This record gives sequence, C-alpha cells and structure tokens, in this order.
Amino acid sequence: MIEIKNIHKTFGDRKVVEDISFTFQTGKTNLIIGESGSGKTTLLKMMVGLIFPDEGNVLYDGRDFTSMDETAQRDVRKEIGMLFQGGALFDSLTLEDNVKFPLDMFTRMSEAEKKERVNFCLNKVQLENRNKLYPAELSGGMKKRAALARAIANSPQYLFCDEPNSGLDPKTALVIDALIKDLTQEFNITTVVITHDMNSVMEIGQHILYIYKGKKWWDGNNTQILNTTNKELLDFVYASEFLKQLRPKS
Amino acid sequence: MQIILHIGRYFLLMKRVFSKPERFSIYFRQIIYEINSLGIGSLGLIAIISVFMGGVITIQGAYNFTNPLIPIYALGLGTRESIILEFSPTIVSLILAGKVGSNIASEIGTMRITEQIDALEIMGINSAGYLILPKVAAAMFINPFLITISMFLGIFGGYVMGVASGACTSYQYIFGIQTLFVPFNIIYSLTKTIAFAYIITSVAAYQGYYIKGGALEVGKASTRSVVYNSVLILITNLVITKLMLL
Repeated sequence: MIEIKNIHKTFGDRKVVEDISFTFQTGKTNLIIGESGSGKTTLLKMMVGLIFPDEGNVLYDGRDFTSMDETAQRDVRKEIGMLFQGGALFDSLTLEDNVKFPLDMFTRMSEAEKKERVNFCLNKVQLENRNKLYPAELSGGMKKRAALARAIANSPQYLFCDEPNSGLDPKTALVIDALIKDLTQEFNITTVVITHDMNSVMEIGQHILYIYKGKKWWDGNNTQILNTTNKELLDFVYASEFLKQLRPKS
Repeated sequence: MQIILHIGRYFLLMKRVFSKPERFSIYFRQIIYEINSLGIGSLGLIAIISVFMGGVITIQGAYNFTNPLIPIYALGLGTRESIILEFSPTIVSLILAGKVGSNIASEIGTMRITEQIDALEIMGINSAGYLILPKVAAAMFINPFLITISMFLGIFGGYVMGVASGACTSYQYIFGIQTLFVPFNIIYSLTKTIAFAYIITSVAAYQGYYIKGGALEVGKASTRSVVYNSVLILITNLVITKLMLL
C-alpha cells in the first residue's frame, strides 16, 4: 500500500500539485487520470523520489519515503519497478541484458538462475525467444512489454507505469493493460498507472484518482466513473463527439 | 552567479561519482568496456596525428635551423622535446577532448532525455557512479598508455620525414633524440595526461548529466563540453607546468 498525504508542489509561482492525499491499494491497479498538464506525472515523480515535494509525505507500507536519507530511499527503490512512457530501455544492452540488469546489480543469483528468471519475465510479456534483440530493433509495443519485463524482473512490491499505452494502437494497448492487471493480481503488488486513455480506465481502473488543475477532484472505480455527476470528470470521460452520444442523460 | 552554481553542482556530482559502488564486479566490467571504447577506439586517430605531426615538427625544425652553429642532431632533440613536453600530452588531450568528450556528453545526455538515467535511479542505482566513474577511471588508466604510444609514433614520424627529406641522416636524428634526455620530463608529461583525462571525462559527463530538453540540447551540451574541456586543459597545463618545471 502506498499513501500520499497532503502533497504540494510548486514550480516558480505555478502550483502544479495542491494538497493531494490518497491511498493506493495493494493487489489493485490504481489509476491516476487527468488532462495533460494536470500534474499526474509530477505526482508520480514525487512518489518515486525523482522530484521532492514542497510539503507532504509519501509512505510505502508505513515507511515515510520523503523523510528518508538517500541511502534508505535507494533501498526502498529496490522494491519498485517502473515502466516509463518511452520504455527507457538501455540502448547498448540486448533485451536479455536489459531484463537481467537489476538482477546483476542486486541479487546473488547464479547465471543459470538469472537466465531462468529473464526467460520467465520475457514469457510473461510474450517476448520469448527475442532475448538477443536490441531496443532499436523492437516496435513500440514490444519496447513497452520489454520495459515491463525489466520492471518485474526483481519481483517488485510496487509497480509504476507512466502512460503505458501512449503511442500504441488500441489492440496492443489492451495487451499492455491486460498484462499490468494480471501481474498486479498474480504477484499481489501495488500498481499505480498514469493514463488519459479511457479504454485503460474501463479495462483496469479498479481504483481511480482524478486530478484536475493539480487538485484531487474525484476518486472511485471504473463502474462509478460512468455515473459520476462531477462536471469536469464527465467532460474528461466523454471528451469526443462519439462518446458524448453515449453519455447518460441526467 | 551561474558559474558558482555550476561549480557547486559539479563537485556534488563528483561526490556521488566517487561514492561506494553497488557492485564492484559490475563496475570493473564497465571500466574494461570503457577502456576499449574510449581508449583503444581512439588509438587509430592518435597514431595518424602523431606520425604526421612528428614529421611536420622535424621539417619545420630543419626549415628554421639555418645557423651553421646549430648541430644537425638538434633536429632530433627538438622534435623529441616538442613531442614529449607538449604535443603528445596537451595537443593529443585536446583532440581527445573533442572526440571522447563530445561522445561522453552526448551519450549521457541522450540517456537523460530518454529517461534511462531516471530508470537507473528508480532501480535504486547511483546513476552518477554507475555511468561516470567507469569512464573517469578508464580514461585515467588508458590515456597515459595512449600518450606514450603517441610520443613513440611522433618521434618515429620525425625520423621518417627527417631522413626521407634529407634534412638529417639516420645517425644524426637518433643521436639527437638520445642527447640531453631528462627522464623527469616523462613524469611531467604523464602527470599532465592523467589530470587532462580526469578533466575530459568528468566535465563532459557533467554537461551530459544535467541536460534538460531534447535532441537540440544534447548537441549544445556536446559542444559546451569541448569548449570547457579545451579551456580547462589549457589552464591546467599552465598550472602543472609552473608547479613541476619552474
């Protein structure tokens, strides 16, 4: 479980995140949704320690991450897996070496055990027998899946995904969504996904936080979101002309 | 004020670079990789430049030594001193600042803008140490070898051109390069080389590590690294020369 308490962040005189508190539940896919520029990525970066909040706390299963020193934060980060928007695979390493990288750094596994774990992770994301390919040889969807394999290689307790479906076709996006949901439930991890893709919201939105202009505006799940009366959220959910036709009359 | 910010941030980065590595074996593997990439990869360029510059120095010497009181063997002596004292350690380091420095700045800068450095940090890895320390250590280890090779090839280039052009005989050139040899000059030269290697790698890495923006910024950081490296090498050259030779 990850808790954020009264998080604030200001860049210059612009308030990007304002007094957000929320609990991300274990074993569920927790979504942070909102328009571009609403503060989603800033919030996520504060949760993983890439940006420091001006005020507030982030707690990983009760451990106050924000008040830890650099070494202690690094220890918590070893329990984190992250899927970046662009994949962030290491260009100079093959797929196999990318997935093996966290195992090389932090485990005492034998080479055979590492190979077995790498193959297990690549099988999970349906990239078996692609071990020797380099990131430049992969398609967008394959890169995302490979990055997901690397993120789960070290058996993380917490998984963060920054817009996992951006730039993907709807069918591939569904594959990524299904993978994230399956991994979350199978390994009982706390997953936080940033997205503004409504397909994802409906597919995997078990617990949703909607941010509007840097503030927590609504929370609920993918069933409740369709029946919300929150005007800003309704405008976000039913943004296109096509979806507006499906909007329930109130 | 901006310069104070950069100096402070540079030293904070160096503190992270020289903190205890997560896994010595991985860092050692990276150092070997960088020795090959930064050092061995530059050998061809250094060899070509050294041979030709040695030849040019000898021809220029012959052109200027018109006084009959100056012995012909001074051609070998002059070429040797020019190459050992200045050409190989300083000019070759300036060339490496262009080749290796821009390579490091653009490599690390690209990793920054494609979030690969963030990925390392999220994994709990000291990204500064993992990316920069092997490059610094590799350059400080391999550059003295490169510069020594450059000295040999420079003097050899001078010999070939001196004899081929008829400026001196083989015996006169070899006698010249053996005359008044001061072994301390080699220590001075290699000390400079090690200092330059540290500057080239650390300044270039700093430029790449703190990039913000996109591909355009990577190019600018690469250029900045060459400019700052060149200036710092020249200043350090002056300081070390004053400290060691006077």
